[in-house]
Amino acid sequence: MTLAAATSGRTAVPARPRIAIVKFASCDGCQLTLLDLEDELLAIAERIDLVEFAEATSQRSSGPYDVLFVEGSVSTPEQAEEIVRLRAASTLLVTIGACATSGGIQALRNWADHDLVRAAVYPDPTMVDSLATATPIADHVAVDAEIRGCPISPAQLREFVTALLVGRRPGLPDEAVCAECKRRNIVCVAVARGITCLGPVTRTGCGALCPAYGRGCYGCFGPRESANGPGLARWLERDLPPADVARAFALFNAWSPPFRTVIDEAGGPPGPIDGRPTPEASDAHH
Amino acid sequence: MHTTEQLSGGPDVADLTIDVRNLTRVEGEGSLHLQVRDGVVESARLEIFEAPRYFERLVVGRTMDEVIDIVTRICGICPVAYQMTAVHAAEAAFGIDVDPAVAALRRLFYCGEWIESHALHLYLLHLPDFLGYPSALDLARDHRSAVEGGLRLKRAGNHIVATIGGRAIHPVSVRVGGFSRILRRDEIRALRADLEEALGLAEATIDLVATLQPPTFRRDMRLVALRDPSAYPMNHGRIVSNDGIDLAADAWESLFDEHQVAWSHALQAHAPDGRPYLLGPAARVTLDGDRLHPRAAAALDRLGLADEIAHEPHWSIAARAIELVHAVAEAIDIVEAYEPPLEAAVAWRPRAGRAAWATEAPRGMLFQRFDLDEGGCVTDARIVPPTSQNQAAIEADLAAFAPTVLERPRAEVTHLMEQLIRSYDPCISCATHFLDVQVEELS
Repeated sequence: MTLAAATSGRTAVPARPRIAIVKFASCDGCQLTLLDLEDELLAIAERIDLVEFAEATSQRSSGPYDVLFVEGSVSTPEQAEEIVRLRAASTLLVTIGACATSGGIQALRNWADHDLVRAAVYPDPTMVDSLATATPIADHVAVDAEIRGCPISPAQLREFVTALLVGRRPGLPDEAVCAECKRRNIVCVAVARGITCLGPVTRTGCGALCPAYGRGCYGCFGPRESANGPGLARWLERDLPPADVARAFALFNAWSPPFRTVIDEAGGPPGPIDGRPTPEASDAHH
Repeated sequence: MHTTEQLSGGPDVADLTIDVRNLTRVEGEGSLHLQVRDGVVESARLEIFEAPRYFERLVVGRTMDEVIDIVTRICGICPVAYQMTAVHAAEAAFGIDVDPAVAALRRLFYCGEWIESHALHLYLLHLPDFLGYPSALDLARDHRSAVEGGLRLKRAGNHIVATIGGRAIHPVSVRVGGFSRILRRDEIRALRADLEEALGLAEATIDLVATLQPPTFRRDMRLVALRDPSAYPMNHGRIVSNDGIDLAADAWESLFDEHQVAWSHALQAHAPDGRPYLLGPAARVTLDGDRLHPRAAAALDRLGLADEIAHEPHWSIAARAIELVHAVAEAIDIVEAYEPPLEAAVAWRPRAGRAAWATEAPRGMLFQRFDLDEGGCVTDARIVPPTSQNQAAIEADLAAFAPTVLERPRAEVTHLMEQLIRSYDPCISCATHFLDVQVEELS
């Protein structure tokens, strides 16, 4: 089922939906965002059945769920099995945050040789279950909707939940951070101050937060639709060596295809997290 | 992802196994395993199976400004603690003196996180245990104003963090040498109204805590916290204990070490004598009570539970309430006195060396160490969160507490063990990160 169908009022999502929030490899910040809706939390709780949310309630349910919110990336063999079970138990599956949507910061290990990482990390690797990669939920099961961000924005979560409850399509804009930055009358940090900024290729939702705080966008909402990562990289390379351009992309959404391409072209992220030689960065500090 | 509770043995509880898979109302994924044979607790384990994320490797090759942004993602509940520890470590290594206004803002930032984190834990995660509800949302049906007050208190903390850092979770403004922009006086002063209300809510929390009746469980525990010459410990201090430990914060590794155990994706930290130690609000109130803000000291006098806080883990909720009063009262003082710095951040140059620091995260002391090359990029790192340090103490307490309640109905035993675990506010997402491990041989 698509989100459009689910929120058009013609769907199986009932007026009082059974909602579950689960997590895989992540920091807990995106699910915490629900509890950070301090002014609306109790009102929302009256409209839904929160049947599974281990961080907040001792009541548990293994399903079925009308809506499942998933935080975190798939990083262990158990998680790869569990997400399939959860998908089957859910009508709608919504990923929340960069880890679930693109793999998160821990996906930087996807460039490393897993055997080398294991040898570097564990005297006895058999004591720990870990997959070679940390991957987005959509690599494993169908995803109906994504709420972006590292972390997700409280305003977007509120909008999504409201739309779900009233049966309309949620308004989650796909424009670039630049558009919101211009509307806020923020002086462009890239043009005026020469600061590396991923705003042109990053989806909005933060309110152009980093430029508003005097620094460049670091891409935490991930690429917008049809983002041209390499195009921005070429522009940035007028002032920076490719390895330093790549390190700007090699953060929370590094594994998303438009950012991954830039990192691959530079020979991988800074590192070496597995002890191998790293691409040269002429002046890492700027 | 469901609770399986396996109970076996006769009514004489000679043999008993309790497994609670996926503990609730804690941050992250952990389990409780308790095994009793012939009436004796054979093992009590807080099993941590949160997926490893390899942060100490992810920061290799990065600048300290990048490290600030990366280590933040270890924990969505205490991102400020990770940023503060890294930025202080960097500034110490690079010989940077920040503007006094920047130092004050950082302390205000930390107050915000303590308020947010303590209000979250006290009202939404811990209080339901004392009043017999599965969650704060259920609690709110009967005690709505209490939960609403807790949420407003939490909001006041988040308001501070979002004002200084742009947003409540994973704030963006902390940079080596200062902040990414100057925080204006009017922005900081705008926090005043929220904080005035929060002070009343924090003091009301003291009254609420005074009515609680936790289970009785008393023991002597080694308590460890930072100690600052003049202030209640947050950003600075030496590492001290109630049994004579006293060392510089950057020297954590000279005394403590971490070990891998088979049942945990977090390393357990130990002192050389093998004796467990406990960090967090109870340790801080006990070791640094003379540094509390006068409003918090008065609240502690009124509450009269200083001895219980030192010896009874269930009374950590009182320590958290005291620290709520402290953090709000100190935040108001900082807001009142705030004058912006002349520049957002001072200029600096990287240099090779070792950047190490400890700060007091809401759950206790957080240690980080980064080895840096000439360009200021990380070549090796160690991050030791409070929960992995507390894990051995939690297990020791579980083993000591269990025999006192084994005669009770088993569902109640399970609940009591979970309640005890929650009293430490374990942050399991933080605890799992590990590296450079040593295997502990298990018989």
